[in-house]
Amino acid sequence: MIPKQALLQGNEACVKGALMAGCRFYAGYPITPATEIMEIMARELPKIGGVFIQMEDEIASLGAVIGASLAGVKSMTATSGPGFSLMQEHIGFACMAEVPCVIVDVMRAGPSTGLPTQPSQGDVMQARWGTHGDHPIIVLAPASVYEFFELTVKAFNLSERYRNPVILLVDEVVAHMREGIVLPSKEGIEIEERPRPTVPPEWYLPYGDPGTGVPTMPAFGDGYRYHVTGLYHDVRGYPTVRKDEVEPLIRRLFSKISKDFDRLQWFDSYHTEDALVTVIAYGCVARAALRAVKEAREKGLKVGLIKLKVLWPFMRRTVAKVLENSKKVLVPEMNVGQISREVKRVNETQCEVVTLNRVDGALITPPEILSKLEEIYP
Amino acid sequence: MKEVVHIVHKYLRSSKKFPHIWCAGCGIGIFMQALIRVIDRSGYSKDDVVLISGIGCSGRLPVYVDFNTLHTTHGRALTFATGIKLANPRLKVITIMGDGDAIAIGGNHFIHAARRNVEITSFIINNQVYGMTGGQCSPTTPYGAETASSPYGNLEPAFDICRLAEAAGAVFVARSTVYHTLLLEQLISKALEKKGFSMVEVIAQCVTHSGRFLKLRSPVEMMKWQKNNSVPVEKAKELTPAELEGKMLIGILVDRERPSYHEQCRELIRKKFKV
Repeated sequence: MIPKQALLQGNEACVKGALMAGCRFYAGYPITPATEIMEIMARELPKIGGVFIQMEDEIASLGAVIGASLAGVKSMTATSGPGFSLMQEHIGFACMAEVPCVIVDVMRAGPSTGLPTQPSQGDVMQARWGTHGDHPIIVLAPASVYEFFELTVKAFNLSERYRNPVILLVDEVVAHMREGIVLPSKEGIEIEERPRPTVPPEWYLPYGDPGTGVPTMPAFGDGYRYHVTGLYHDVRGYPTVRKDEVEPLIRRLFSKISKDFDRLQWFDSYHTEDALVTVIAYGCVARAALRAVKEAREKGLKVGLIKLKVLWPFMRRTVAKVLENSKKVLVPEMNVGQISREVKRVNETQCEVVTLNRVDGALITPPEILSKLEEIYP
Repeated sequence: MKEVVHIVHKYLRSSKKFPHIWCAGCGIGIFMQALIRVIDRSGYSKDDVVLISGIGCSGRLPVYVDFNTLHTTHGRALTFATGIKLANPRLKVITIMGDGDAIAIGGNHFIHAARRNVEITSFIINNQVYGMTGGQCSPTTPYGAETASSPYGNLEPAFDICRLAEAAGAVFVARSTVYHTLLLEQLISKALEKKGFSMVEVIAQCVTHSGRFLKLRSPVEMMKWQKNNSVPVEKAKELTPAELEGKMLIGILVDRERPSYHEQCRELIRKKFKV
């Protein structure tokens, strides 16, 4: 099959990715600037035998998504800040009960109703710690229309592989801009499915560790009758308060993802080999940063860029290497400093971490980043 | 009697440690037995039944029975149920909620599930109180009742769950108490057969908490109260409003037909897109 060229909006590319990854259930609630995902899903899903439903709020949306996933169907929802806040309760449930699902948060400037139509990157920490209690989470951040497509496919794969919710954290710019992209054919992309039990129902342990850290998961109706709960549970899925069962569960939830930190270092690097100053950026800010870095190089400045595609778990190894090899690191963000805080946290070198923040609903432009680079250049 | 106990044992989880968490004299167990007996008689395969609950004393019911069971978040059982039914319409989807669970924190989901008419059989076990958290007033606690969170008397009127379900569009609405076990089983059976969103309100005693404000000291007294304060719908037609004051109507309150959401959804996929 010849790859298809298409002019797509970011939100449209997300739907293409989701459907290609096997998503067949969508539940959502209208909210700017994520609504297009819902509208396209409403149009496209029935055509391929999938189900779309508009729920009464975002809590219900994620509840329905988790239900559909338990019934064996790959499912997703999309929202923006206020809806993302409402979803936190069920994100925690999906982490605890280990139900694969994908949640798109097209960020608007917040808090509260904020600036519904303006871009922001203010939900980085909420995506990590928004729901209560210790929990593992995976958060991906695309910076282009193609990446939104690509990372949506990967989000489904990771959520199936680890049986954990995966969040796509997107800024309004990436969601709403249009770019010409070449869509790969279905044969050209790798699709992963959740691990299924291979033992008969009598032997099945719904929350037992088969050695990978990820228990196998049948669909409701498959003949493996088991119990799913948001309470701490033993390997059979039954509620427990036993200390020797509670701690191993939460430890396993973390380690099933942390054991693969090496596999989750996804980034693009530009001119980093000899860079004295390296920019660390993600989302639409990384696009402005790339332009600024190119212009700085033309002026003879040794600067580079690392574009993060995974925000959580934080790519400590990748960032630590950057900090070792650079004299200064610049972290431009459309928030008061959320990823820069992480960069500082993992910094064990003499490298200086400089921030550049905008929180007025406007983009950080290439000239802004360039002049900051010139200002701090050693 | 021996045979009845045997049927229930067929459906309890042998691998689950008992005893259960309910207080002695609680009404939830009576409902659980009734539900199991009806499911057994109806011939549903255990593999096809999904039992979904929210949070509270009623929320613990699914863990004891050998179906596909899901203990969700407070008030949200119906949202999970909606996703499950739409994803696999072959499954028999049943939700079990409490009064605070379904009507307070889950009130929004409840009215929309009834309006949307996805085929879910829902049971609301109404003990008029938040039992698990220690006896605070719920949306169905009687006006004036002194509870842990209304020490000077409840200032809110009680919700009529059945009228709410009717107004929201449920196609089958019924009420029984756990005292009226035969009626309860009949209603459970009819609700399970019904196409669309059905709701049975099950009045149950919470001896530990609502027994206090109702000034009823034992399970027996509470079940006598259920008996004396309820009137079958058929009989109610012969009574005057004054005679019905303070009484609960029991029996089938609504039974009507309306196309269900998931059938329309499947129809759309089948007819329009030939999938």
